[in-house]
Amino acid sequence: MTDVRTFTRTVLSVAAGLAIAGSVVRAQAPALSAAPEGALQDSGAPRVKVQGTLTDAQKNDPVLEAATRSLAVQLRCPVCQGESIQDSPSELAQQMRAVVKEQLASGKSPDEVKNYFISKYGEWVLLEPKARGFNLIVYMLPVLLVLGGAVFLVYIVRKWTAVAPVPAGSTPRTGDEE
Amino acid sequence: MNWKRASIAAATAAPVIGLFAWGLTRDPNSIPSPLPGREAPVFALQVFAPGQGELMRPAGDTVRLTDLRGTVVVLNFWASWCLACRDEHAALSDVARSYAGQPVQFLGVLYNDVPDKGTAWIAEMGGQSYPSVDDPGARVAIDYGLYGVPETFFLDATGRVAYKHTGPVTAAVVRFKVDSLMAAALHAAPSPTAADTAGANPKAGKVQ
Repeated sequence: MTDVRTFTRTVLSVAAGLAIAGSVVRAQAPALSAAPEGALQDSGAPRVKVQGTLTDAQKNDPVLEAATRSLAVQLRCPVCQGESIQDSPSELAQQMRAVVKEQLASGKSPDEVKNYFISKYGEWVLLEPKARGFNLIVYMLPVLLVLGGAVFLVYIVRKWTAVAPVPAGSTPRTGDEE
Repeated sequence: MNWKRASIAAATAAPVIGLFAWGLTRDPNSIPSPLPGREAPVFALQVFAPGQGELMRPAGDTVRLTDLRGTVVVLNFWASWCLACRDEHAALSDVARSYAGQPVQFLGVLYNDVPDKGTAWIAEMGGQSYPSVDDPGARVAIDYGLYGVPETFFLDATGRVAYKHTGPVTAAVVRFKVDSLMAAALHAAPSPTAADTAGANPKAGKVQ
């Protein structure tokens, strides 16, 4: 009977630990779909033709397009704040994407383009914050929480499964005696 | 009552509650701008709405920020589809008119809109005292790290971004900022001749 209860407790605690670890790992994912949308007035904007400096050849260049996409997915849209400028349908995001493409076409390196946007919008514009300084908390905290949870689980499970101490003065009861 | 357990629970819950409480005091939509204190991004944009009286600039004229060195610049990004822009329009227009003849340039920048709609909006609002320029493709808006309208930038006489205001401005804010920036410009260069002799940056002359 005691064995069954101990086993159930162990299984339950391990399941709970995994659930906590899973939710922590998911919370680490930076793209929040529940980000406030339409909070800024970009909705009613009439569509304006984007005037760029790209030639037709550059507009249809698959290599440039791929480079633009790989950079645009890293930059946050200022209007739909949980989305990248690659995914956001907002006018401003499209225009920022056009700026990315133009700057890449003009010979700037991806890092230079990224730094341009950081200089305008701050590091906020990066969907994944740089892993340094205070930002390290974002990367370290989930790992620390999972490790802490594991230690806690081990402690609690060992406590549950430990043989109860024999009260002083009483005769230890074992199955062998009866 | 198990005091040990209660205190562990309290110690665990307190930081989380504290974090959430701090989060409630913050506006998730506001993005801190890195621009104040830095050189203002330069631009050359065409006037589509000329403004009135002394402040008028003919439509089609190109306004270059580099030509506005030595004056305080109030750069207001707006659009005809923006509701909050209606709230600040009269204040901006009136304040700009009251500063006519002084070393300050008010400039509207149309954001993600078409000039015809902008002109119609100005007429509907009863006119705008200062000129507005068009920003095709929002290139200048992105250069200023814009994320919505209205946003107003106050540039000092040396061409640096002194302050950024998000949302509709009030007459008091505009007057306070413009007055302090004009005073700072006067302090840096007591008279045009003194500024000429000291070069572009009078402070640099003192150091050497």
